[in-house]
Amino acid sequence: MRKLRIAVLVLATFHGFVLFAGFVAPYDSSAQDRELPFAAPTRLHVVDARGRFHVCPFVYGPDGRVYPLLFLVPGAPYKVAGLFPARLHLFGVEEPGRVFLFGTDDYGRDQFSRFLYGGQISLLAGLMAGFLSVSLGAVIGVVAGFYGGWVDDVLMRVAEFFLAAPWLYLLFAVRAALPLHVAEWQILMLLVCVLGLLGWARPARLVRGMVLSAKERNFVLAAKGLGAGDAYIMRRHILPQTYGVLLTQLALLVPHFVLAEVTLSFLGLGVGEPVPSWGSLLSYLQQYSVISLYWWMFIPGLLLVPFFLSYYAAADAFQEHYRPVVL
Amino acid sequence: MRYVARRFFHATLLLCVISFACFALAQIAPGDFFDALRLNPRISSETVDHLRSEYGVDRPLLVRYGHWLHSVLEGQMGFSIAYGGPVAPLLRVRARNTLLLTATSTLLAWLIAVPVGVWCAARRGTRVDRVVGFAATTILTFPDLLIFLLLLLLAVRTGWFPAGGMESLATENMESWARILDLARHLFLPALGLSIVTLPMLFRHVRSTVGEAMTAPFMRVARGHGIPQARLLFRFALPVAINPLISLFGLSVATMLSASLLAEVVMSWPGLGPLFLEAILSRDVYIVAGVVVLSSVFLVAGNLFADLLIFAVDPRIRVGRQDA
Repeated sequence: MRKLRIAVLVLATFHGFVLFAGFVAPYDSSAQDRELPFAAPTRLHVVDARGRFHVCPFVYGPDGRVYPLLFLVPGAPYKVAGLFPARLHLFGVEEPGRVFLFGTDDYGRDQFSRFLYGGQISLLAGLMAGFLSVSLGAVIGVVAGFYGGWVDDVLMRVAEFFLAAPWLYLLFAVRAALPLHVAEWQILMLLVCVLGLLGWARPARLVRGMVLSAKERNFVLAAKGLGAGDAYIMRRHILPQTYGVLLTQLALLVPHFVLAEVTLSFLGLGVGEPVPSWGSLLSYLQQYSVISLYWWMFIPGLLLVPFFLSYYAAADAFQEHYRPVVL
Repeated sequence: MRYVARRFFHATLLLCVISFACFALAQIAPGDFFDALRLNPRISSETVDHLRSEYGVDRPLLVRYGHWLHSVLEGQMGFSIAYGGPVAPLLRVRARNTLLLTATSTLLAWLIAVPVGVWCAARRGTRVDRVVGFAATTILTFPDLLIFLLLLLLAVRTGWFPAGGMESLATENMESWARILDLARHLFLPALGLSIVTLPMLFRHVRSTVGEAMTAPFMRVARGHGIPQARLLFRFALPVAINPLISLFGLSVATMLSASLLAEVVMSWPGLGPLFLEAILSRDVYIVAGVVVLSSVFLVAGNLFADLLIFAVDPRIRVGRQDA
């Protein structure tokens, strides 16, 4: 249980920070400082050059002066969750001081801000594709399990094909059929659709297995005997029994799809510049000079590990919690 | 024999379906190779139209599929516009490299996973087992991309291994042994990365299937007869557990192909991966179709091999009894 609590905490932090990226990030995702390309992460000091202790952490500006870290400061305008305009930022420093927690990229853009803004694309793609996949899987699984016969046969053969296919090749092949250069929102939607349509097979098979046993349960037979229609039985009596499996699958599929988006954007097939995504932040690492000189460009990649770990821990906990009751 | 024939039939059928599906997918994609030329003000639109008709891009889908099928049977697999030649020779070199990489890493992964898995199954619940299990879980949560990038970082920072490519520049004047050594040095990191990616899953399966076999009554009898532990594990438990492991091998071919696609691009191994990516970005449809067909041939061949291996190993299937 403690593991689950930590996992939920980590996930809440990630999702909260990303949702309120504008507030948490000190700079806009496209704000450039051409004077500082590939700047190392700014060091936060508490003891200054004369040995004096500061309660509030500070940074040294380009002029060598002390700029204390200010909290809840007005800064670049943004929109909360894409709706309400605001100017308030969680933290920042006065100009010309700069605070780059994760360093900067080749245009001098703040990597920390870009990581948060990039999460909006990556997480949105992962979550939406996850929901699409799981709902598709639920519908197909319930239909296949409930009706059986040739419907079941056909659907499960197709599912097996999707399970056996190398997913990256499949993703590439489908991506090859889509236009290369379109607006970011369109490409995000396309990605979500492609990922969602490729991932339904596993939840569908698991749901089908559960439905096979669920439809023989007495209360289902009773409902049928009382003249309930197929659609009603499926929705009211059978689907609720699969919620545990669906939740577990969602917790497994979301990180999988986030990773798929990261991979595609890394290879230049996803959402492109100037909109950041976790994959395009990592794509700098394809350059030899970046790998050999700027270690901080790895930070976004390393942050993916606790993120994925938490999702898998949550999936484990769900599975434990919803373990099917053996009668 | 009927079993083998049926498997072959399934495999061919699947290949036909995949070939048409991926050809259609690649072809219905909006835009073609010559779209980039239209942006060039020095090339008139008549020239582009002329080029389109010369390369047959403007003909209907089914006609092109027919032509393509014909050229596949002739062993050319279509015409790459970007490379200005038939696709097959391009694919042959790349496929050879991909096969070298994937075969090495599959071998490496199994060579590590089987002994370690069996060993942990025998010591279930001990500290060693827990440590190895924890390591496997940790690796499993690392995204493949990150593993490859970290290995690349290792290569770049330490200089122990070349950071990409398949051979050094001056290999032509090297002796054959030096050449092989050079190739091995280049192969090491991508192969290691791929094995790391596939290892945890293999290890977990080996551990659980062998562990299950250990609980069978005949194992207790064998132990009671005083058969030594090592012989017990590898001669008694492993053959019982081998069946699902072979199926797993068939399934892991797909994982390996996907992972190698990424590894090849990240570590610039001149396999099918980089070719595929370039072809998608430049809309070179016959290469896209060719790579997909070739990879499905690998996949189907891997599964067929696994099926035949099970057929050879498992007497229940060989004799054809359904009840077992």
